[in-house]
Order: sequence, then C-alpha cells, then structure tokens
Amino acid sequence: MTKAMTGARMVVQALIDQGVDTVFGYPGGAVLPIYDEIFQQNSIKHVLVRHEQGAVHAAEGYARSTGKPGVALVTSGPGATNAVTGLTDALMDSIPIVVLTGQVPTFMIGSDAFQECDTVGITRPCTKHNWLVKETDKLASVMHEAFHIATSGRPGPVVIDIPKDVQFATGKYTEARQVETHYNPQVKGDMEMIAELAAAMETAKRPLFYTGGGVINSGPAASQLLRELVAATGFPITSTLMGLGCYPASGENWLGMLGMHGLYEANMAMHDCDLMINIGARFDDRITGRLDAFSPSSTKAHIDIDASSINKVIKVDIPILGDVAHVLEDLLNVWKARGRKTDKENVQKWWHQINDWKKVDCLAFEQKGKVIKPQYALSRLEELTKKHDRYICTEVGQHQMWAAQYLGFEDPNRWMTSGGLGTMGYGFPASIGVQMGHPDALVINVAGEASWLMNMQELGTAMQYGLPVKQFILNNERLGMVRQWQELLHGERYSSSWSESLPDFVKLAEAFGAKGIICSDPDDLDDAIMEMLNHDGPVLFDCLVEKHENCFPMIPSGKPHNEMLLGENADVANAIKSDGAVMV
Amino acid sequence: MSPLKIKKGATSHSAYDLRPSFSDKEEQHTLAVLVENEPGVLARVIGLFAGRGYNIDSLTVAEVDHLGHRSRITIVTTGTPQIIVQIKAQLGRIVDVHKVNDLTVEGPSVERELALFKVQGTGDHRIEAIRLADIFRANVVDSTLESFVFEITGTSEKIDAFAELMQPLGLQEIARTGVAALSRGN
Repeated sequence: MTKAMTGARMVVQALIDQGVDTVFGYPGGAVLPIYDEIFQQNSIKHVLVRHEQGAVHAAEGYARSTGKPGVALVTSGPGATNAVTGLTDALMDSIPIVVLTGQVPTFMIGSDAFQECDTVGITRPCTKHNWLVKETDKLASVMHEAFHIATSGRPGPVVIDIPKDVQFATGKYTEARQVETHYNPQVKGDMEMIAELAAAMETAKRPLFYTGGGVINSGPAASQLLRELVAATGFPITSTLMGLGCYPASGENWLGMLGMHGLYEANMAMHDCDLMINIGARFDDRITGRLDAFSPSSTKAHIDIDASSINKVIKVDIPILGDVAHVLEDLLNVWKARGRKTDKENVQKWWHQINDWKKVDCLAFEQKGKVIKPQYALSRLEELTKKHDRYICTEVGQHQMWAAQYLGFEDPNRWMTSGGLGTMGYGFPASIGVQMGHPDALVINVAGEASWLMNMQELGTAMQYGLPVKQFILNNERLGMVRQWQELLHGERYSSSWSESLPDFVKLAEAFGAKGIICSDPDDLDDAIMEMLNHDGPVLFDCLVEKHENCFPMIPSGKPHNEMLLGENADVANAIKSDGAVMV
Repeated sequence: MSPLKIKKGATSHSAYDLRPSFSDKEEQHTLAVLVENEPGVLARVIGLFAGRGYNIDSLTVAEVDHLGHRSRITIVTTGTPQIIVQIKAQLGRIVDVHKVNDLTVEGPSVERELALFKVQGTGDHRIEAIRLADIFRANVVDSTLESFVFEITGTSEKIDAFAELMQPLGLQEIARTGVAALSRGN
C-alpha cells in the first residue's frame, strides 16, 4: 500500500517504521518542515543538542550502547559541516548512524544560496554511503535503504541530504518491505578456511585471541560465542581498545588490553605467540607498533567482515571473510566435531610464561602524598561503581588510556570511546546519547578537562532533558598526552600544552543549574565519588590530579612489542629514535 | 544478552583472492568496475584513489546498460600486488559498485583506446604523415590543405608509437579516450 504524504512526513514515518525512538538534532531553516512534523507526533523523542557535533556523537553513544542505529537531524550548510567530525568518527569506529541534513531547495542548489554547502560532496569520504534526494517519491525508499546500509556488513555512518522543497512536496510513501537492495555483504565464512584455523588451533603451542570492535559490532551473540570458545580452548585473550567488554575483564583467560598503552603481558604475548587469532580487529598502528617486528613468529588468522581490512597492513595466513558471530559459530562446531583438541602441555607452558609476565604488574602505582594520582582516582571509581548497571564513555588522551587500563568491562556495549579518529569532545555528548538509551543506568564520562571543554555546551542538553550523566574530569590543567609526548620527544618544550585560564568547574556546573564537585585530597575521594553517585542529576566532578603524571606502560613509536617502557624510570628519550618520532 | 538469529545456509565465496602472494614489484592492472549509474558514483571512485594515494593511469566511464541503470568504469592502475588487492577490496566496498573484475589476472583480455591526432604540415611531411597513418590503419576524419585529423584505434602502446612518429611531422594536438577493455572468450 502506498500512501501519499509530504516529504517531511515521510521522514518521520520512515523513522517510526525503522523503530527509531530517539533523534538528536538541531533545527534550522532547511529542516523546518521536518521539525514541524516532529512537533505533531509522540512516537519519537527529539533531543535538542547545543551543537551539531554533539548531536552526531550522541547518536554514536546511543548506537554503541544499544546496538541500534543512532539518528541525528541537522540543518543545511553549517549544520552539515558541524556534523563532519562525528561522521568521520563513526566511520573510523564502524558505528551505525543515520544523519539527516536539510538542504536548500533543489532549484537553488549550486547558486551559493544562504546556508548552502555541497553536503554530499563534503561527506562522501566520511560516510559509508550518502544520498541527495531530489524527488519526494524516492525519499522513503532511500530512508529505508539508509538504515539497511548503516547496519549491515561493516556498520558505518550514512547521510541523507534532503532539499527543503522535497520536504514540502507530496509523494508516495514506500514501505520498507517494498525496497530492493543489492547491498548484501557476505556473513558466512569459508568453511575450508575455518577448518584450517581449527587445525591450527589444535597444534598451536602459544595461541592467542586478539579481539576487536568487530566482536561488539557483530552483536551480543558474537561475545557469547567468543566466551564459549575461550572457555573451551583455554587460550589467552587480549583485546584492542575498541573490543573491551567482548570478553569479561574478570574472566580467567583475560590478559587485558594490548597496544601502545596496553598491558605488558598482552603485548609480550602478541610478540611471542605462534598462533594469532584476530577476531574483528584491524591491525591498527596503535596495536602493531613497528610493522616489520610485529609478532614475527606467528601464524596469523584474521576474521573480518571487510575484505579491505584483510592483508591491508599485515599479511595473514588464514583469512576468513565473514561476520564474527557466524564465523565463530562455525569455528566452534568444526573444532568440537574434530574432537576439541589442543596441545594442552605446551599451552600450559605458555600460560606459565604469561603468568611470569603478569608478575611484572605493569599497572602498579603508589598513591602517596596529598595529590591524587589519576590511576588512583580511576581505581576508586572502579571500586565504587563496578557493581552498578554502568556505562563508561571517555574523551581522548591520557585519561582515556587510564580508563581502559583501570576500569573493568564485563559486557559488550558498555564502553564508548573514540578509538580510530581520537576525537576530543566525543565523550560528553556520547554520554548523553547513552543515557537516552538507558535512562536508569549509571552513565559516567571519564574526561580530561581539555577534552571536556571542547563540547561543554552540551551541559545545557543534559539539564534540559534531566539526564544524570556523571562527568568525571581528571583535571591536570594540561593537555596531558601532548605534554607527555613533548616531554619524551621534544626536549620538555611544552609548546601550548597547558591552559592558563581554566574555568571554576563547580561554578560552571552551577551556571547551568547542574551540580559541581571538586576534590583534590585522596582522603576525600571516596566520599566525593559517593556524593556524585548519589546526586540525581548531571554532575561535573572536578578531580584535581597530579599534573605531570605520564601514561605507562608505553610502546614507543617505531618500537616492537617486546621493547615496552614500563614506568617513570624508563629511558624514554633514548628509546624513541628519530625514525619513530615521525609517527604520531 | 539475547542471542542472534543465525541463518544456516551455503557459503558464498568472496570475489577477492584473500591469500595472494605479495612481491614489492609494481604491476599495471586493468580493472573493470560495474557500477550503479547514480550521481556521484564516479566521484566516489576517484575520491577513493585520491584519498588513499593510489595511481590512476587511465580511466574511462560510460553507461553500458540503460535499462539496468549500469555504468562501466575501466581503470588502469599501477601498484604492488598488495596495493592492487587493496584497491579491488576498497572498490568492492563502495555501495554503488556491483562488481570488480581484474582483467589483468582473470584470463586473457582485449584492450583498446581511441585517439584523435591533429597534424599540420605541407609537402613531404604531409605525405609522410598520411603514409604512416595508412600503415597504422588510422582514418582521416578531417582535412584541410595544411592539416589532417586522424582517428586511430588500438592498444595504448600502438597509440603511443603513432604519437612518436607524428611528432616530427607537425603533430599539434592529441585527444585520447583512455582504455576500454573486455575479457576474451565466454
């Protein structure tokens, strides 16, 4: 059945049909007809953000924590250009979001009209796909296809650019089931390759699971199957920043995060393993370190839904193209059918080696004196919140790495951080999106003061919608990671890496009507955190921490995994040679 | 956590060879890319090459199936085998791309290019030009008392060779279409 309606009505109808309950957006001239339709319905909640970048990050936070696509609605011109950072962020981290942009009317496109920009041109490289819809009759089918493309295969952001005359005009509404699409990525892995991997697992002496965001994106079943596989084989498992939570941090085979600021035992295991089973990770440069010294003696298997991720930077021996959940199910079945064999004796030796590495206790720190160590702040936060129904967001920098190191994640979709793009300003709006998807949960954004200020305007959004997001700011009055690199690589010349006039965060919170808490004494920290948790509303927690703390362990640029620096006494300056300094 | 509904069914194989042997030597490959004839699809393909730093030696595009709404882009590109595999995989993930064929590795193929040459001259040069054009099976499509426009079809190498010969004979301008290519046989 095709119904006639205006383009603006179609947008809202398609959102309802796609099961959307929340839209993050900011109105403007070119989307007024859509906002008029939103006003006249009750199925979809609209969250008015304070900046379009916030809308897109909020949609990302919503998507990552719920497993459903996030939706943002912005106007033409500056509305669309402000969305670009969020779109790129979602592309890098494979987050399914649908961003609707208004556009000047079709007859004015190309005339440099007021608030006109070439939205599809600008967003082409930072979306999985985008459309400029010039006919109202096609709008509904594009909307439905957009949700399909954003969520199938390797997920990603899509943009639908809708000229204002298309929103006003009347056309035929197409139901989702009437839409045909050729986009149908392969989800089942090649059974021969899966059998080859099962055989490799049977004979491996030093096996290791290296998991990533693809496990989370594949859905909860993928994490379940992964846990089953780890338990059945007894192999150790590490994960990238993006994959935290796919295997529980309390699980007995867990080695912790790997990579540049990953755990010693995880990185050493990556370097020394003889079978690396990459599940939904992409050999990012934060993980591999120096390519020619990356895990030199391992057979590498790689399960990925994106063919372009396979053999991109690291040549793999057993490539399996497919969806993680589908492949893991087949892999488990094949491995079980072959008799559940592993080389128990050698795997046991491997565990002895790993346990020796664990004794290094690379995350150890000493809280002494009257200044809060950031590691201590996060350890206390972990202790006091881990029993809650908890979601963690972060900004980008040292605090992000410390959060990954000192907080434990037991389930997928509980950890929202900007991994690929490294977007400062991501966490606060993302926490708003998470809280919208989980109104009763405890949502904490672990932030640095510099990152947090990048999208601080969203405090207005949190207040307007009564979202009790907790902003846990580790305030060192520095751009900590920049400062760390300047100390290590640029002769301690701290060029522009500190803020001379930071706001009084308590007063800033109060100016928005929120609660502010300041804490500078380690002895007061627990009480202050409890005060934050007990307050029913947004809290800005200004945690004054050690100003010159560096984030360790660290694999210096251009170094292999087995040349990690473990702490403040490490000879960092000599560790990083000029060829490493060129890398970021 | 709610488990996924996992479909049972036959595995379809990837269009890409996921286990190629890689060397460091650069190779030239001709790719045939069948795309949805949508606005912006060429920009997506070109943007991919520009954004990721791949080479385009030649590129042609035209609609090949009006009812099916399909265009064919023929790209000649150069890179190491690993880069060529990446290019094909990256092309394959563009939503509007239906099919990527590597004509260089998927069996024998034919490649042709069309070019127009404007050659100016009188006397011996003019006579030599038309004699060589005859040898190369180039057609005269425009003529004045002091110039010819030749139309020549062939491989890129043949057109290069013709250009070299015409250079001393008063070559003024060349227009080339870029390579069109098809696999041989069925």
